[in-house]
Amino acid sequence: MNNNEIKTLILKELSNIAPEIEADDVPDDQDMREALELDSMDFLNLVIAVSKRSQVVIPEADYAKVLSLNAMISYIMKHA
Amino acid sequence: MSFSEIKKDPLSASKHNLINYEDTYTHFNWQQAQERIAGNKEGLNIAYEALDRHVKEGFGEQVAIRWLSKQGVPVDISYAELMAQTSRFAHILSSFGVQPNDTVFGLCSRVPQLYIALLGTLKFGAVFSPLFSAFGPEPVRSRMEIGRARLLITSEALYLKKVKPWREQLSSLKWVLLYNVTGPLPDDCSDLDALLKENSADFPARLCDPEHLALLHFTSGTTGKPKGAMHVHQAVVYHSISAFYALDLRPGDRYWCTADPGWVTGTSYGIIAPLCNRVTMIIDEAEFDPEHWYQLLSEQKINVWYTAPTAIRMLMKAGGELAAQYDLSALRFIASVGEPLNPEAVVWGQKVFAMPFHDNWWQTETGGIMIANLATNTVRPGSMGRPLPGIEVAIMEHTEGGQIKATTKANQVGELALKKGWPSMFRGYLHEEQRYQKCFVGDWYLSGDLAMCDADGYYWFIGRADDVIKSSGHLIGPFEVESVLMEHPAVAEVAVIGLPDQVAGEIVKAFVALKPEYQGDEILRKTLLGHSRKRLGAAVAPREIVFRKNLPKTRSGKIMRRLLKARELGLPEGDISTLESDEA
Repeated sequence: MNNNEIKTLILKELSNIAPEIEADDVPDDQDMREALELDSMDFLNLVIAVSKRSQVVIPEADYAKVLSLNAMISYIMKHA
Repeated sequence: MSFSEIKKDPLSASKHNLINYEDTYTHFNWQQAQERIAGNKEGLNIAYEALDRHVKEGFGEQVAIRWLSKQGVPVDISYAELMAQTSRFAHILSSFGVQPNDTVFGLCSRVPQLYIALLGTLKFGAVFSPLFSAFGPEPVRSRMEIGRARLLITSEALYLKKVKPWREQLSSLKWVLLYNVTGPLPDDCSDLDALLKENSADFPARLCDPEHLALLHFTSGTTGKPKGAMHVHQAVVYHSISAFYALDLRPGDRYWCTADPGWVTGTSYGIIAPLCNRVTMIIDEAEFDPEHWYQLLSEQKINVWYTAPTAIRMLMKAGGELAAQYDLSALRFIASVGEPLNPEAVVWGQKVFAMPFHDNWWQTETGGIMIANLATNTVRPGSMGRPLPGIEVAIMEHTEGGQIKATTKANQVGELALKKGWPSMFRGYLHEEQRYQKCFVGDWYLSGDLAMCDADGYYWFIGRADDVIKSSGHLIGPFEVESVLMEHPAVAEVAVIGLPDQVAGEIVKAFVALKPEYQGDEILRKTLLGHSRKRLGAAVAPREIVFRKNLPKTRSGKIMRRLLKARELGLPEGDISTLESDEA
């Protein structure tokens, strides 16, 4: 998967969890929880869904490394 | 799988605040509790007990709050400084013309201004009502309407998003004070940070009648609007002693309560009780993150930690190995509240922190911890523990004649009830006397929780007697969620239930029947999900929405949430004699 494909995948999973968020409003480098008012359950569900779809395991201990959209994309790229 | 008891070392038990449970419980009287505070029957003030008193006694230099901003920069606020800031805030209220029975609302993240505003309001003698900052505009508005908000403290960002769009419609709201203002001040608002600098720091705490209203905490029932539970200044007598017993707090302790002050735990045990016990509170503005939490416990040398099941279960998922990387040797006592803590999590605490999590039980209505696993007592994993000194608990059975009576049998399930009269008991639901009276039978407050008591006096939570949902420690009223979904033009009827969830305890699920002209497809499902999240906020909105052609109803047209839940969980359907039209 390339950068864009991963981004599309993440945004799609995000829209399942929080459909009120427009893709254009997702900031690249900010903590998504704060910028998009996701609570910890939302974020947990997002990581699980992205993990499943990309088949890249994101262990809980690494959640802090995927807080922003760009960080999540890089993490998937690196571990795919 | 059954879990064995966790016994306490008798040597270390002798160092706890409460050494012999049976003895203390038997000989307890309220006079002892009253003597812990400076105020008396003639008058008292929560803010005085929390701050001014310690400064007078020579502890003004001690750090009251160590605030860790999202950027991680620590800011220390001493007892003397916090006393001064709360006095400045009281002056602001006075200069505006706020009256002692007016209600000040706070819609704040965990920032020092919230603590200053809450204690400053109490010092002034007005009523404070904290709101959870992750609420969407709808829960904020309904609570401020019911509470007839007079003044609001919030950030510029929260104001613009959650209050400004409807502010004009709330005629009681006279003043809005904003913190962290970055641009030009919005119309009809004042700059709190600037006002705090301008006002003087001498404002003696108003001596209030013990029954004078202090706090308004909103909670949810199965039906109707949120309920404003009223708490009085006298509650401080119980705040102080219950934290001394149940959290083993001692002066100088470094204490971290992870609950947000938007909920009762974050106020009773996140502000008032710890300050009355003269601890240093660590306030963390950031959101949950396992690594960050362990780091905080370690770097801030936390002695006593009060947290919640959802967070503990998330830490468990992150694995104990992560904890092993940190020096957690300062920890002395760890406790949990919000929903029942599963025995696995209690035992996990023992493995990772060398001490079990001590679960305890109480409600918005009780104002303070009622039943607890105490530092000195053996822990039975999965149990909520034993009643605190001064608290009389019973399990009530409903008799055939429609009466209730306390059961004397061990392990008999019934409704958990508390004998009236402890100082922090709620004094009413605002403007809803009837709803308040319904909570009592004779001298007993009925909690709405089903529980049982084993032969040794340990209480065990069984479930709720009503349909309220406990998700991530937040009490959610199904009606509030249903009302927002009903606003959508596609929705004909809706029922909201809580489904068991390994991490959150329960999650909110909505069953929606659509009007004939609408199609229940993926697009509409997402639209409804987005609609409810926008209006209610992520913590309250459903996580799942499913469509049904019809929902099960009684003859009188009441939707049977219980039946939906039983079916969802594959449980027996129970009495369905009143079922008139079934789901499809």
